[in-house]
Amino acid sequence: MTAGIDLGHPQAQAIRSDEDVVRVRQLVRGVAVAVKLSLVDQTKVVTAASELARNTLVYGGGGTVEVATVDNGRRRGVRIVFADSGPGIPDLDLAFTDGYTTGGGLGLGLSGARRLVDEFEIETSPETGTRITVTKWSR
Amino acid sequence: MALSAEESGRLAALLGGHAERVTQRWTEIVAGSLRGRLSQAELRRQVQDLHSAIVATGEHGAIDLSAESAAELRAALSDLSRGRARQGFSATETAISVFALKDVLAGLVEEAGGDNALRDYIAFSRLIDEMGLFTFESFVRTRESLIADQAEQLLELSTPVVKLWEGVVAVPLVGTLDSARAQVVMERLLQTLVDTGSPYAIIDITGVPAVDTQVAQHILKTVVAARLMGADCIISGIRPQIAQTIVALGIEFGDIATKASLADALRHVLRLNGVETARRQPRRDV
Ligand SMILES: Nc1ncnc2c1ncn2[C@@H]1O[C@H](COP(=O)(O)OP(=O)(O)OP(=O)(O)O)[C@@H](O)[C@H]1O
Ligand SMILES: [Mg+2]
Repeated sequence: MTAGIDLGHPQAQAIRSDEDVVRVRQLVRGVAVAVKLSLVDQTKVVTAASELARNTLVYGGGGTVEVATVDNGRRRGVRIVFADSGPGIPDLDLAFTDGYTTGGGLGLGLSGARRLVDEFEIETSPETGTRITVTKWSR
Repeated sequence: MALSAEESGRLAALLGGHAERVTQRWTEIVAGSLRGRLSQAELRRQVQDLHSAIVATGEHGAIDLSAESAAELRAALSDLSRGRARQGFSATETAISVFALKDVLAGLVEEAGGDNALRDYIAFSRLIDEMGLFTFESFVRTRESLIADQAEQLLELSTPVVKLWEGVVAVPLVGTLDSARAQVVMERLLQTLVDTGSPYAIIDITGVPAVDTQVAQHILKTVVAARLMGADCIISGIRPQIAQTIVALGIEFGDIATKASLADALRHVLRLNGVETARRQPRRDV
């Protein structure tokens, strides 16, 4: 795990429908505002969350998200963990290639989300599904 | 859960034999719970409908709420819950209208007495519970479809396509552009292009809080469809934070014209058509 002390309890949300994806965006925006991210960074992290939540829904068959505030002593930030118990991603290099999609999308969600945040970790396997942790720090 | 043929017969006889008293008392109890929000006449009619449906079903033989023979009774219960749901009553208030029959029956059964009294009352109660649950469920279904209808109406309302200028239509998008919304927007825009014969459409995204790949894809599809119809689209209202996010995501709008504001977009279109706009005209003092 990346350094950072969790502040308070993470807020959890199930991802089972399109409405849940909207809720994830709202949840993340709320926390991003609370840790005083700039408007640009708020928009970036909300958009990244939107991408990852939709992937969790569409490819992971649904899952959960946890949104927490983090503090590394110098800066505050928002950390989001997406987890599903879907099929996993067989070829990560391929999945992170701009334009690669198995679902008729633009194929930019995964790679784009990684560019939109400061930290991005992914664990994936056919047994455990996919778990992605992203963090965006205030400047 | 069904009543036996004998029990049903006894229930029908009990209710049918005291029709006036039953409906009177039943109406009173329900009226008390609804506190005058439904007219006495209307309430009485509903209670009478239910009453005659139960009696008719019971006279026919065993009452089994899920059987074919109880279709009339189920219809009466559904009518009740649909009506109440539309009039804005709560699910509890609606179910009470059915459960009130228990109070009425308690009095009647006690009065009639006999060896079967207790067992009958328990059996009747069980039937009424079932009727109450059925009412509750159809109430919820009606509410859900009402909500879905309202959501659809809102969807229509929140995606107006306006004629901005001769030959220029605009769609100001506000809020979340999910797939259902995007579909409505696309259809509306294309229809308006046909109706007005406009060669230009401006899609304004000032009110969209986040442009992710899904939103972008919907917009791109709309632009392509408009193009196929011979119209050019301009995307406007791209605020700085959205612009930076789009770039980081890697979304490319290709040769689609994009402008910071709706006014810029309109100016752009007019210029393409050789219309000089105020901003470009030299100021002249009169
Ligand atoms: N949680 C996941 N579980 C399994 N497979 C995934 C998951 N997330 C992404 N993938 C795979 O990675 C591919 C690339 O994902 P990415 O989000 O970049 O593109 P997309 O979702 O297909 O399109 P876009 O996000 O641009 O609309 C997907 O098409 C899918 O095959
Ligand atoms: Mg995606």
